[in-house]
Amino acid sequence: MKSRTAIAVALATALALGAASACGGDTPNNNNTNNNNTTPAFNAAMGKVFNPSDKKGGTIKLANSGDWDSLDTGETYYGFAWNFSRLYARGLLMFRPAPGAAGNELAPDLAEGMGVPSDGGKTWTYKIRSGVKFEDGTVVTSKDVKHAVLRSTDKKTFPNGPAYFEQFLNLPAGYDGPYRSKGMNTDSAIETPDDNTIVFHLKQAFGGFDYLAQLAQTAPVPEAKDTGAKYREHFISTGPYMFEKVEVGKQYTLVRNPMWDQATDPIRKALPDRYEVSLNVNADDIDNRILSGDVHIDVAGTGVQPASLGRVLGDPNLKARADNPTLARLWYTSITTQVAPFDNIECRKAVLYAADRTGYQTAYGGPFSGGDIATTIMPPLIPGYQKFDLYPAGADNKGDVTKAKEALTKCGKPDGFEATMGYRAERPREKATAESLQQALARVGIKLTLKGFPQGDYFSQFCGNPPYLRANKIALCTNGWGADWNDGFGFLSQITDSRVIRETGGSSNISVRIPQVDQMIDQALAETDTAKREAIWAQIDKRVMEEAVILPGVYAKSLLVRGNGLTNVFVNEAFGMYDYLALGVA
Amino acid sequence: MFAYIVRRLAAAVVLLFAVSVVTFAIFFLVPRFAGATPETLATRYVGRAATAETVKLTAERLGFYDPVPVQYGRWVKAIFVGTEYDYGAGVEQCPAPCLGYSFITRQAVWPDLLDRTTVTLSLAVGASVIWLLMGVSTGVLSALRRGSIFDRMAMGVSLAGVSMPIFFTGMVSLVLFSYTLGITAPGGHYTPFTQNPATWAYNLLLPWITLAFLFSAAYARLTRAGMLETMGEDYIRTAQAKGLPQRTVVVRHGLRSTLTPILTIFGLDVGLLLGGAVLTEKTFSLPGLGKYAVDAIVANDLPKVMGVVLFAAAFIVIANLIVDLLYAVVDPRVRLG
Repeated sequence: MKSRTAIAVALATALALGAASACGGDTPNNNNTNNNNTTPAFNAAMGKVFNPSDKKGGTIKLANSGDWDSLDTGETYYGFAWNFSRLYARGLLMFRPAPGAAGNELAPDLAEGMGVPSDGGKTWTYKIRSGVKFEDGTVVTSKDVKHAVLRSTDKKTFPNGPAYFEQFLNLPAGYDGPYRSKGMNTDSAIETPDDNTIVFHLKQAFGGFDYLAQLAQTAPVPEAKDTGAKYREHFISTGPYMFEKVEVGKQYTLVRNPMWDQATDPIRKALPDRYEVSLNVNADDIDNRILSGDVHIDVAGTGVQPASLGRVLGDPNLKARADNPTLARLWYTSITTQVAPFDNIECRKAVLYAADRTGYQTAYGGPFSGGDIATTIMPPLIPGYQKFDLYPAGADNKGDVTKAKEALTKCGKPDGFEATMGYRAERPREKATAESLQQALARVGIKLTLKGFPQGDYFSQFCGNPPYLRANKIALCTNGWGADWNDGFGFLSQITDSRVIRETGGSSNISVRIPQVDQMIDQALAETDTAKREAIWAQIDKRVMEEAVILPGVYAKSLLVRGNGLTNVFVNEAFGMYDYLALGVA
Repeated sequence: MFAYIVRRLAAAVVLLFAVSVVTFAIFFLVPRFAGATPETLATRYVGRAATAETVKLTAERLGFYDPVPVQYGRWVKAIFVGTEYDYGAGVEQCPAPCLGYSFITRQAVWPDLLDRTTVTLSLAVGASVIWLLMGVSTGVLSALRRGSIFDRMAMGVSLAGVSMPIFFTGMVSLVLFSYTLGITAPGGHYTPFTQNPATWAYNLLLPWITLAFLFSAAYARLTRAGMLETMGEDYIRTAQAKGLPQRTVVVRHGLRSTLTPILTIFGLDVGLLLGGAVLTEKTFSLPGLGKYAVDAIVANDLPKVMGVVLFAAAFIVIANLIVDLLYAVVDPRVRLG
């Protein structure tokens, strides 16, 4: 009797314990059904906040396998740098630090509200919050924002940053930046009628100017303390953190900015006390350090290295710490119209029909670290994205050989032809892509010769250099593009506008020369209604695809790993990586 | 001796000049032969989607429109008399020796090199002391216990040491000792000696041992071979017959003769290491000269490349000079002249 009772009690206890452990605790959950989102699970930080907390204190440790191009917000052009700069700099607007689609929304930061357009979208006015101070106690005024934007147009001193303000602002003729054109009246471009108002005057209407206002270049810079190219060594903060130590090429540390006032900043929580950033760390070592708990974040935010991929995906405990976001980035192949027989649209269509999309995806690393098979130019994250497929590749996505041969017949090459394809030699994925296409196109008689080019000169001297392409008959080139910001202009303007193509080389647009598309881009620029503007970008996407000058490959994905002990972890869709502004330490 | 040193130093200057000309030509001239224009060279140093105007301004700022000999002359002149650097909001003096400003970071190269040298020195000196002690002592013991279990094990381990590349042993060591067992520092940690000697040593312990493992293997084998040959010489038998203690016979008579080729190799190895222990620094993310050089080459940051090449060449030349001088100390038969 006693033994049966003991067994029953033991069984009941075991069952109860098993039920309790299934409800929470440290057991990894690969199905992500945890309601309070504190249990590690694959994609637990996608669309929601993992490990939410308002606990202040602690140090966040980040590592970068490379370096910033510059800490100076006037000339930095990396997504991770823009993400990180919100810790020490306040631009007029920012992308909301929120999971899911909310992360793509703009929110006022230094400005009190969104921009107010007038004059048909050629003038934009912002009111700046009162009481915001630099780390030295000086009050921020509209003149500091004006100076920040104007100095960013000095490309002799700051060659790295985006060039949108030079492109759109109505700068006076001969203006050479605030250092060389000191004293020149620039009210035609930017006016500051009072300390809290700034007015931008544009050369042409631009309905999406708010996206320019969120650029890090709008973070204020005091003219009296501006040291030009050396300002990057000590950037004067307006954010909740300021630089304690800057050792170029080695490390940075940020500590709390005593002049930051939460009352002026409804967005930031500023939870940690300190950030420590190590630079130029071995990329594989960063993965090891994150997995072992020595470092919290790989700041570049592009995902784990190939060596760690199998380890993370193969181990349920490690996979439960991973997130697999889709990025606003497209890997694709450009098909130039300047090399015969690709001046014939049907020959180009043959390539799009014959391409093995699954092979393309596999070449890029498969569905986890490569991406999702793409059929449009705009990735799904871009507002206005519309799903369509003009060149169906069959149920298995391996290409439609029949349709490809029909297109070849129409272009007068029923037996196929020879062509040359370029790719960046240092990128194994691009080489694999080229080889995949070589095999796929061989099925319809298109014989591809592959040529690798050094990536450092790929756009300036080779694939991006029109005379070189023509002279060497290079018809296809691997390519890739990530949006400067998630809207149609940010994504499409640099790769579909023929006016960015330079005969001296250097443009990312290798193949799109469609006058109608140029007109549609101008139309979209001037449209101040967001919904109408987004519809035009979708039409541009389709129009370019109709011309078969781009073969979309994959919408890029990355595999990120959450550091141990982090709170408020979520992927911000605007940056395609963890939001660095929201993070805390448990 | 003095005249010998002067002649060697003069030769070193000529050698450094030749190295600088060749390096400058490789990075500044060869691309032009391949069809690069000042604009295409400048596109490496601008942001993405830069306008043609930005590219042109950058080419002007970096001096790419000047003939290559003029660019080289400007660089050499700055080494001896310094130069000015326009940072937009003002002009900064770069005193001699000015090796220019990084195209990427806009930092002066010379202070960077000095800073990085302390890291590489720390790595090289620590590792070289360990490998010399371990390698030579293992080689001596192996030679004296030829054919024993110790000899076979020592030579087996040394074979493994020379066979396995540092990036493999380094990564394995990090995963095992730093991230799993937690007894050594993770990669990327470096504390200057002047800041905290104990932390400095702790952070460098694993790189030292890993690097020393690679080198000591070769030294053990070299020492063993040398000792085996020397200990068979007649004068060693004479010394033993005269009743000298075995330790005196081995160290003062046997090892001293064996040291000459070891010294040669040691000088070369240390000189090369001081020029930049590239793989070790890259594996352990140590901010030394080697990593600096690799990062500069990858980024096409030409002033940095020029600076580190000149620096490394100077180290190797000086190391070789010191080795040659030490010959005269170790071997009285050597007369320098």
